[in-house]
Amino acid sequence: MNLLHVVWKSLRQHLLSTVVTALSIALAGGLLMSVWAVKEQSQATFTGVNAGFDAVLGARSSKLQLVLNAIFHLEASPGNLAWSDYLDIKNNPNVQLAVPIAVGDNYLGYRLVGTLSEMFDQVEYAPGRHYRLTPGGEFFDPQRREAVVGSFVAQKLHLRRGDKFHPYHGLIYDEKNQHSETYVVVGVLEPSNTPADRVIWIPLAGIQRMTGHDPNAATDVSAVLVKLKGGSGGIGFQMDMMYNKQGNRLTFAWPIAQVMAELFDKIGWFDKILTLVSYLVALVATGSILASIYNSMNERRREIAILRALGARRRTIFGAVLLEAAVISAIGMIISFAVYGAIMGGAAGVIRTQTGVVLDVFQFNPVMLWAPAALIALGALAGIVPAIKAYRTDVAEYLVPIS
Amino acid sequence: MPLLEISRLKKSFVSPEGGRHDVVNVEAFSLAERAQNALSGESGSGKTTFLHLIAGILKPDSGTIRIGDREMSALSESGRDRLRATTIGYIFQTFNLLQGYTCLENVLLGMSFGPGVDRVFAQALLERVGLGNRLKHYPRQLSTGQQQRVAVARALANRPRLVLADEPTGNLDHKNASAAITLIQEACKEYGAALLLVSHDREVLGRFESTRTLEEINRASAPEPAA
Repeated sequence: MNLLHVVWKSLRQHLLSTVVTALSIALAGGLLMSVWAVKEQSQATFTGVNAGFDAVLGARSSKLQLVLNAIFHLEASPGNLAWSDYLDIKNNPNVQLAVPIAVGDNYLGYRLVGTLSEMFDQVEYAPGRHYRLTPGGEFFDPQRREAVVGSFVAQKLHLRRGDKFHPYHGLIYDEKNQHSETYVVVGVLEPSNTPADRVIWIPLAGIQRMTGHDPNAATDVSAVLVKLKGGSGGIGFQMDMMYNKQGNRLTFAWPIAQVMAELFDKIGWFDKILTLVSYLVALVATGSILASIYNSMNERRREIAILRALGARRRTIFGAVLLEAAVISAIGMIISFAVYGAIMGGAAGVIRTQTGVVLDVFQFNPVMLWAPAALIALGALAGIVPAIKAYRTDVAEYLVPIS
Repeated sequence: MPLLEISRLKKSFVSPEGGRHDVVNVEAFSLAERAQNALSGESGSGKTTFLHLIAGILKPDSGTIRIGDREMSALSESGRDRLRATTIGYIFQTFNLLQGYTCLENVLLGMSFGPGVDRVFAQALLERVGLGNRLKHYPRQLSTGQQQRVAVARALANRPRLVLADEPTGNLDHKNASAAITLIQEACKEYGAALLLVSHDREVLGRFESTRTLEEINRASAPEPAA
């Protein structure tokens, strides 16, 4: 029989309030940890996604729009580039690889991206990793109406090799805008956990020459994905000057990671609000510990008086109440990891659906250490007020039953 | 040298009217090692306050309370708590068992603030008071007589030198009261503890060889002399 046992007995005696307050701590802790982890992990992941390229060349627009459109397959294309612009950058001696893409069509809401075979032959979307097909599949023939389907799209639309489909005009699905061309699925990509999983890849010429598209723009492309030689910062800077400062027709979005980092800077206020909300929830939850123990103190005073009469010192009683508050917090924080898993799982699912980027729900983050420590300490702190009340209990007065 | 020695003990409280009201004013009182004394006193005679002072639950306004070689009245509150836990067992009229604890846990709890927890001795005590088959019962599952027996076992948990019993039969019927007094007296003898019991029940008082009225020793509760 030690202090922890006394505390455990008290928690069991006040089971309902113990459970409710522990759950409120669990919610607060789970929210705090997941907001923090989603923020940090998504920032690290999104700024790390570059599909294997250093820069994007596109029509004059914001760099962010170019990157979102060409790398993340989000947003609308800001406009087209002439084929000659593609050839110019392709033939630039400082460029290792330039791959054009064209967008403008979809299939049931999933975007079709026209490109060249280099995307699959030469691009390493991550160091040492090429796009790979599931067994039995093959990459499209640039001269035929063939499609390679990203893994997420294949899963959602149940597309398999040999399936046929008609593309729809525009980036948003509208059944009235169906094209007459028929495409055949020749391959399905293995999951790459990149935005490539969320699109359907077809030959560049397929987008360019789709019926209904402007025949005058039949050689235009939406953007060119660029890999610089040696990844040199100096070269990138020179090209940045050439396209963005000296020229006024095109935009050279480089480096991709910095463009994305600027996006996170812009939406930093949103993170701050979310973090503030989770801090407030944590504060309210610890307040609930204070209220629940404090409110039960009147009925506990006789027990405290009995403990004191048995020889328990005031500071022992004070410590027991603090420990009780801390244990409620600790129980809450254990449960909070389940809350964290649920919120992270949900958030990761939404982010994957919307962007193709995959967050690792189980990835360690320091918040998993400091948030529980902080909330347990805060819980113990919340126990101070009722502990003072317990400390001041008059033994002689409360030894007599209250009628 | 007596186990308990009290000299010029005074305690007063603030009365609702604002002045101070004397409750205890004992010139001298003593109790020998292993002795068993009873004090009779009506409600309001200050008997509970007197026992609380001896137990160190209350601090006297003046005077001394010596238990063995320690002076309870000179100790700080935590010192009094410590001395109470190691030296004194207390039996209350209302038993004061903790309802969320089993019989065994109540006795173990009595030990946890004293010299140390001895599970075997706790079980032996409960067997001694006839509750060996009720170790895991909660107080609400016991009769009032059985609850008082748990309280007796708890009072003896730290092998005290002095047991204070405040109207221990006040909540018991005649038969259980008689059994409880027998148990308290015998158990105190067996475990070598002195017993100081206060009661207003004549039958209970009749079981003691030495009985005094509280009015005899407590001037504060004595009737006002006729003018």
